[in-house]
Amino acid sequence: MNGEVWVFAEHDWDTLQEIGIELLSKGRELADELGVALCGVLIGSDVEKHGPALFEHGADRVYVCEHKSLGAYDTVKYAKVLTDLIKKHSPQVVLYGASARGRDLAPRIASKLKVGLTADCTDLQIGDFKRPDGTLFQKILYQIRPAFGGNIIATIVTPTTRPQMATVREGVMPTPPVQHGKTGDIVREAIEIANLGNVTRILQREKKERKVNLKGARIIVSGGYGVGSRENFSLIYSLAAALGAEVGASRAAVDAGFIIKDHQVGQTGTTVRPKLYIACGISGSVQHRAGMDQSAKIVAINNDPEAPIFGIAHYGIIGDLNVVIPMLIEDIKKRRVD
Amino acid sequence: MPILEGGVGIDVLVCMKQVPDTQKVRIDPERGTLIRKGVPSITNPFCESALELALGIREKRGGTVTVLTMGIPDAACILKDALSLGADRAILVTGRDFAGADTLATSYALSRAVSSLGGFDLLLFGKQAIDGDTAQVGPEVAGMLGIPVVTFVTDIRKITPGGIVVERAADGCRELVRTRFPSLLTVVRAEKRLRMPTMEGILSSFSREVETAGLGDIGAESDRCGLKGSPTRVKKIFSPSNGGLVNFLEGSVEEKAIRFVELLKEKGFVR
Repeated sequence: MNGEVWVFAEHDWDTLQEIGIELLSKGRELADELGVALCGVLIGSDVEKHGPALFEHGADRVYVCEHKSLGAYDTVKYAKVLTDLIKKHSPQVVLYGASARGRDLAPRIASKLKVGLTADCTDLQIGDFKRPDGTLFQKILYQIRPAFGGNIIATIVTPTTRPQMATVREGVMPTPPVQHGKTGDIVREAIEIANLGNVTRILQREKKERKVNLKGARIIVSGGYGVGSRENFSLIYSLAAALGAEVGASRAAVDAGFIIKDHQVGQTGTTVRPKLYIACGISGSVQHRAGMDQSAKIVAINNDPEAPIFGIAHYGIIGDLNVVIPMLIEDIKKRRVD
Repeated sequence: MPILEGGVGIDVLVCMKQVPDTQKVRIDPERGTLIRKGVPSITNPFCESALELALGIREKRGGTVTVLTMGIPDAACILKDALSLGADRAILVTGRDFAGADTLATSYALSRAVSSLGGFDLLLFGKQAIDGDTAQVGPEVAGMLGIPVVTFVTDIRKITPGGIVVERAADGCRELVRTRFPSLLTVVRAEKRLRMPTMEGILSSFSREVETAGLGDIGAESDRCGLKGSPTRVKKIFSPSNGGLVNFLEGSVEEKAIRFVELLKEKGFVR
């Protein structure tokens, strides 16, 4: 059981968060490469019910830490439970979502264990590392992440301390295929948190019911100054509707009065990282790119082949959006009918 | 910020960071390295929000505002600015021992500095710095000090005897959280911008110096500071997709549209 790869499986009472599933997908690759077990960790009250889903998404083993006082997430308590569990089982890799919860929990654990932690990774790999003094570390975790506002990508390693820990950006790892009926070991852990009082307490919790939900959108269709007018933004809305997407906008489009600021993506608007970002008539200033360049797939539609947006796009369509978008909508609708 | 009036003053420490203006950072296209020369240094914007919150607390409830940073001697500038805005005391932790620190080593040094200064009710950090974007130092300092942390705080709602009620942005929801003193909060960029210095503030700040502190002053072990105390190493730095990677769809407009919708299907975005 030594040197396992662990995934902290976030849940919101009744549902597992998608990030945990995404982590299992990458975790499976890492564990196979290392030849070790992939394990999920569930903390809370009444969470064992999530075990089967973790097995079906690739986990070999699931550690269950249940206690009635763990029903609501609490940084101090959850960190204590997971820190103790890590000390007990010595995994070599522990992965967390780079969600508000993961980024709240993981650093506290890192500080208790005195280990490294790499934030908001967009990729993870296994490889060797040779230190300047010549020491070779084999099969360690490459933690790959953007820095300096997305201007550079850095590969970080943690050669000497264990476990190697990282938080991983949501939406960048593929969701693994479900292996129906796959099972594994459930390991129930005894929890000792008698000495932990409630120092912090959540008094009230309100789901954010925002009309424009850019953060949570899987697909965003964004329009820029190139859309030309407020009326013409209906094109953007139509494409978004065909894809079940949210509508975004560049600052230039907002400043020109084409659309309200709630839709603005970028450094002074909302930072988004959808699975698919379609930029229509957006030139792609640094400010805009900083707010969307971590989208899993970026498609740009622009009549200027030199537009900076193509510098970060995965796919580009050079053309007049007034012609391209109606065709896209038609083709998408056709497929629906087929 | 409807903070209760009256009661004892709150002693707040604001931890700040000097950062390069990442909007002006350029990449050396040949080497793929960062060109920092000529890039202006600024106060991390999230730290400005933390400072504004701290100054607001002092206005309403009395108490003190101390600002702390770790960095090169030039980082004293951001503390000078904080003094001119009315901070009571400013401490710069500096020295070769601290160079090359990752988040763990930085958090260790800062937690030692906080302990050596002592006696704060509230520690305020920006949620993250715009150069590293880790959002780890605040929570790690809290972990090392063994005090509670509330991350991603958007506003202070109430100060009660011995504690504080804050609003925070959690995953897809807004929470009201109560915590006791001493606690550490990490602050997201607030609507309320950092105030501008007044002439009076600038003049009165001349009488207050930025204090500097080294390894010995904060009682830190050198093995846990700087590069030596940092478990993480940068293996490689490269510049992200730089235009060579874009895949332009070819053909007539119709063909481009069809190809694009095929791609959407391959990736599972449409049926």
